[in-house]
Amino acid sequence: MITNIKNGLDVSTVVQAAVSQHGATHEDLIPILLSVNEQLGYLPTEALSEISHSLRLAHSEIMAVASFYRMLSTEPRGKHVIQFCESAPCHVMGGRQVLRALQEELNLEPGQTSADGQWTLLEISCPGICGVGPVMMIDEDVYGNLVPERLSEILAKYRE
Amino acid sequence: MQAIRSLVLVSGDAESKARGSLKVYEELQREIIKFGLQNEITVTMVEDVGRHDVLPLVIVYPEAVIYGPVTAADVPFLVEEHLYKGRIAAGLQASTKELSGRIAWLSARKGTLPAEQRIVLHRVGLIDPDSIEDYIAHDGYEALGKALNEMSPQEVIEEVISSGLKGRGGAGFPTGLKWKFVAQVDNYPKYIVCNADESEPGTFKDRVILEGDPHSMIESMAIAGYAVGADVGYIYIRGEYKLAQRRMAQAIEQARELGLLGEKIFGSNFNFDIHIHSGAGAYICGEETSLIESIEGKRGEPRSRPPYPTTHGLWDKPTVINNVETLANIPPIIHNGATWFRAFGPKSSPGTKVYTILGNVNVTGLIEVPMGITLREVVAIYARGMKNGKSLKLAQTGGSGGSIFPASLQDTPMDYDSYQRAGVSLGSGALLICNEDTCVVDLAKVLLNFFNQESCGKCTPCRVGVQRALQILTNFSEGTGQPNDIDALQKLSDNLIQLSNCGLGQTAAVPLRDMLNHFRAEVDAHVKLKVCPTGVCQMSGKHVWE
Ligand SMILES: Cc1cc2nc3c(=O)[nH]c(=O)nc-3n(C[C@H](O)[C@H](O)[C@H](O)COP(=O)(O)O)c2cc1C
Repeated sequence: MITNIKNGLDVSTVVQAAVSQHGATHEDLIPILLSVNEQLGYLPTEALSEISHSLRLAHSEIMAVASFYRMLSTEPRGKHVIQFCESAPCHVMGGRQVLRALQEELNLEPGQTSADGQWTLLEISCPGICGVGPVMMIDEDVYGNLVPERLSEILAKYRE
Repeated sequence: MQAIRSLVLVSGDAESKARGSLKVYEELQREIIKFGLQNEITVTMVEDVGRHDVLPLVIVYPEAVIYGPVTAADVPFLVEEHLYKGRIAAGLQASTKELSGRIAWLSARKGTLPAEQRIVLHRVGLIDPDSIEDYIAHDGYEALGKALNEMSPQEVIEEVISSGLKGRGGAGFPTGLKWKFVAQVDNYPKYIVCNADESEPGTFKDRVILEGDPHSMIESMAIAGYAVGADVGYIYIRGEYKLAQRRMAQAIEQARELGLLGEKIFGSNFNFDIHIHSGAGAYICGEETSLIESIEGKRGEPRSRPPYPTTHGLWDKPTVINNVETLANIPPIIHNGATWFRAFGPKSSPGTKVYTILGNVNVTGLIEVPMGITLREVVAIYARGMKNGKSLKLAQTGGSGGSIFPASLQDTPMDYDSYQRAGVSLGSGALLICNEDTCVVDLAKVLLNFFNQESCGKCTPCRVGVQRALQILTNFSEGTGQPNDIDALQKLSDNLIQLSNCGLGQTAAVPLRDMLNHFRAEVDAHVKLKVCPTGVCQMSGKHVWE
C-alpha cells in the first residue's frame, strides 16, 4: 500500500497529540482533522479510525466531515500541491490561459495527482489575494501576476 | 472611459434642479467643449450629494474641490480657471464646514491622494497589530470601557439601532435590531459569533481588518456580548487565513492578560471570553447556519430557517452572528455616538463601505468610502480610470447577492436601498470592473462553475439546478446552445431563487438573471448566430452548425 505519509510519522502518535491539544468532544473534530491532515499530508484510514475511537463518534460521521471540507483529504496528495485560483477576478485578468498552460506543463487535469507522486493540481476558490491576480499557491507559497511564460521557471524550483 | 483627468459632479437632487442645476450641467458641457477638454473631463449629474445649504453643488475630482452655490453664469469662469488653467476658481468655493453625506469625507483629504473616510480601517496600517499597547494608545478599548461603565445594555443596543448600521456581510440586515432580538430572548447561555469566513471571490477586506487591527474584533464582540447578555464568543476564521488566525490568537492572549477578556472586565460584573475556530475550506460555511454547524464539528450544511439563529443558533441557543466589517463599526459608534456615524453616507444606509477594486483598471486595491458614492466615481478617482483607455462594460459586485450590472448603472449611488431599487445588489464589496473585451457568457460561466463546486449538495434545486445552468452556459460558449435553452435558463434562475434552501442557490441565480436582463443581445449572438462578439468563447461547435 502506498501510504505517502509525510516524514514517515507514526499515525497514532500524531492523532493522540492532536486530541490532547484540542480536546475530545464533537466540537473538536474539525480542528483535530486539520492538525492531522497538515502533519501527515492527508487523512489515512487508520487515522480516521483512531479519531473515531478517541472521540466516540461513528466512523461514518468522521468520514462525512472529512469528505466535506476542501482542506481535508482522504486521498494521498502529491509532494507539492498546486492550488490555482479559478475565481472570476483572476479569470478576467487572464487566469484561464495560465491554467491551460499549467495543465499542459504538468500533464494534469485539476483534481489529479501525477503518477510519480510529485504534483497535485487543484482549483481553489478565491484565496483573497485578488489585487495581484491571476494567483496560484504551491504548498504555502503564493505566486501572483502570473503569465504562462513564468510557469516553468516557478515549477523548476520545486523539481529536484 | 479613459484615464480621465477630471471628473465633475453636479448635484441633481430635486432641490438643486429647482435652483437651476440642469442649466449648470448644460453650460459645463458647452464650456468644456469650447476649451476642447471633452476627452479628458467627464461631467455627470448625481443625486443626493448630501449637503443642502449651498446647492447646486459642483465638485471637481480628483482634487475634490467643492463649489457652491453655482449658477450657470459662474460656469465659464469655473471652467476656464479650474479645468483649463488648473487653479481654484476664486470666490466660488463652498465652505467645508459641516459637510455630510456623500461629500462628508472630502474635508478629511490630505495631500493629493483622493480622500477616503476610514472608520472601519482607521487603525489598519497605522498601529502595530501585534501590540495591544499600540491599540490602546489609539483609543482602543475605550468604547468597551464606556459601554460597561456608562451605559446599560439597552442603551448600547439603542445606540447601535439609531446609528442605522446595516450588516456588511451581504444581506444588509440592521445590526441593532438583530442584537435586540437576541437580547429579548430569555434563554442562556447566549453566543456572539464573528463571521470571518470571508470566501467571496474578490473579497479580502475582512482579512485586512483581522490582520491589521485584531483587537477591534475582541472589543466589538465584547460590546455585543454585554449588550445581549452573552459571555462567550466564537470567531470563525477562514482556514486559509493563517496569519489572521495567528494574530487573532495572540491578541486574545494579550487581552486576557490585561483583564480585557475574562471575568469582571473593567471592574464590572461582565465576563466574556473568545474562542477561535478555523474553517476548513468550504465557501458555504460563510452562510450563518452552515457556519454554526461547522463550529459544532459537523458538515457545513445550512439549516432550514426559521427558526433563526437569533433564537436557535449555536447549540440551539440565541446567537448574534455578525460579519467582521460590521463589528469593526461598533467601537467607533459607541465611542463617538450614533449622530456622528449618521453624518457619513445617505440617510437610509449610513456609514462607510470597504470595497476591493479589481479588474481592468489602472489601480486595484482596497478603499473605504462613504456609502452612496457611485461606480463612476470609484473608477475615475480611486481606480484612476480604465486600463489602456478601454471602456467600462460591466461590473460584478461579487459574493453572495452580488450582481453583474452594465455601465449604464454606473451613476447609481452604491448603497443598499438605491441598489435594491435598481434591481442589483452590493454583495460583499468586491468590485470586479470589466472592460469591453469581457464576454458576459464567459463571466457567467466562471461564476456558475464556482457555485457548482461550492454547492453543498444538500438540496436538489441548488445541486442539480446549478449543474444544469453551467452545462447550458458551456453549450452557449461552445456554440452548441439551442434557442429554447434561453428560456430554460430563465426558468432555472427562477427556480433557484424560489426553491433553494439557502442563499447560495439564490445567489447562483443572480448572474443568470442579470445576464439575461442586461445583456440579452450578447446571449442571443452566442445562441442564435453562434458568434461570441468579444471573441472570448472559442465556439468549437460552430462547424457542427454551419
Ligand atoms: C452562500 C453564502 C455565503 C456567505 N458568506 C459569508 C461570508 O463569507 N462572510 C460573511 O460575513 N457573511 C457571509 N454570508 C452572510 C451570512 O449568512 C450572514 O448574513 C452574515 O454573516 C450576517 O452578518 P451581518 O449582519 O453582520 O452582515 C454568506 C451567506 C451566504 C448565503
